[in-house]
Amino acid sequence: MLPNYLFEPLRIYFIEAGAITRFAIRFLKEVFKPPYEFQEFFKQCFLLGYKTLPLVGVTGFIMGLVLTLQTRPTLVEFGAEAWMPSMVGISIVREIGPVVTALICAGKIGSSIGAELGSMKVTEQIDAMEVSGTNPFRYLIVTRILATTIMIPILVILADFIAMTGSYLVENLKGAVTWQLYFNQVFAHLDFSDILPATVKSFFFGFAIGLVGCYKGYKAEKGTAGVGRAANSAVVIASMILFVIDFLAVLVADVFYEL
Amino acid sequence: MKDSPISRVSHQSMPASVEPVLLVRDLQKSFGNNHVLNGFNMELFMGENLVIIGKSGSGKSVLIKCLVGLMEPDEGQIMILGKDITTLDQEELDQLRTEIGFLFQGSALYDSMTVRENLEFPLRRHLDKITSSSSNLIEDALDNVGLRHTIDLMPSELSGGMKRRVALARALILDPKIILYDEPTSGLDPITAKEIIELILNIQRQRQTASIIITHDMDCARVISNRMILLIDGQNYIEGTYEELYKSKDPQVQAFFK
Repeated sequence: MLPNYLFEPLRIYFIEAGAITRFAIRFLKEVFKPPYEFQEFFKQCFLLGYKTLPLVGVTGFIMGLVLTLQTRPTLVEFGAEAWMPSMVGISIVREIGPVVTALICAGKIGSSIGAELGSMKVTEQIDAMEVSGTNPFRYLIVTRILATTIMIPILVILADFIAMTGSYLVENLKGAVTWQLYFNQVFAHLDFSDILPATVKSFFFGFAIGLVGCYKGYKAEKGTAGVGRAANSAVVIASMILFVIDFLAVLVADVFYEL
Repeated sequence: MKDSPISRVSHQSMPASVEPVLLVRDLQKSFGNNHVLNGFNMELFMGENLVIIGKSGSGKSVLIKCLVGLMEPDEGQIMILGKDITTLDQEELDQLRTEIGFLFQGSALYDSMTVRENLEFPLRRHLDKITSSSSNLIEDALDNVGLRHTIDLMPSELSGGMKRRVALARALILDPKIILYDEPTSGLDPITAKEIIELILNIQRQRQTASIIITHDMDCARVISNRMILLIDGQNYIEGTYEELYKSKDPQVQAFFK
């Protein structure tokens, strides 16, 4: 038998994991049922995607700058600075771009969904929606999860491009490389097998961020403390799930590379 | 229920032959070992204001949520306009909900929407119920509560009383036959509370709606009630007009009037 201090957290963990899984299954059941809330879906795409672009853009740009600045001296030492664009391109597209962008989105989007839905729950707005004959799950949850699932990959692609622009800026200043040469070098070493797994895992990142944010907000307990806990735990759980998805994605991609 | 004081007060306000628009039989609802509703019974007739009073935690809000299907009762029957809501599927329940207006205690206006969008929201799923354009309907609904000028404001820009009136306009926009008020005057100053009471009375006079009002405000109960039910331990402890309950010698009843 496990001691109680280990048993209790594990019990809570499995109950929570089961509840999130049931929530995800309910989403999959509801997503195809009419009526479709297109207006709310596009509104959420704008709010969760477009409004996050400045933050993702700035982070991506700095990410590219820093990665190049930190790596360049080592490559110069080995006379391998010509490999800089391809190295930066592969690292950003395969791993750093998707993971860092998803983590930023987990913080911004996950917490905002958790807090918004949590506040709607404790102020009975979700009940009011149900009483007025609108299915709140379809209106609030399905639209938000779909919006994050679609917008996060787009944000990842944009962040990758902006990060490479930041990298190019350093290369241009230090080594007088042209824009065309830099990006020719980047794409010369980027394969379809680099881009596809990264894009596919970004969809899963988006789904996880939306799912956890919505679950935590929709199930928020009464009171303002419940709203705070919903926002906070949405970020923590989503961030943890992102790393698990990333690990699994790398494992699966590795299997495909070896085939 | 045999010994309950309910039998001591006759049900005088409505003739027995009139069909109730809302009928609750032996309603039970528990949360773990806490039996919130324990065999509750009631009838609501067209055109009457039924006030339900009871201590905090006596199950009033649970009752009202069971009536609109926000909570599922453990046992019992809820008949609304001849339909048992515990047996309806989601679509039938949504359709029935258009006949029920619900004023939430905290107004429950959608924070992210303007007043216009708040009132538009119930209309978007039930366009079949609208005879005039939705824009006219919204303006008329706001006129009825004297708040037409707030149409493009956000809920955060409204006072507590204004929010309650906008929420009332939203509850009435589909022209429901039954209106449920969850503590309509709580948290309001006496003047605003009086305005809300007058609005409830006007609605009853003009639309002949049947209303259930849950309140702790005995002044409100005195003015608007045709009939009252005192809820104790999840059961209807006593039922009658305000005057009948006021004259009751039962100490548990008197505690509410002192």
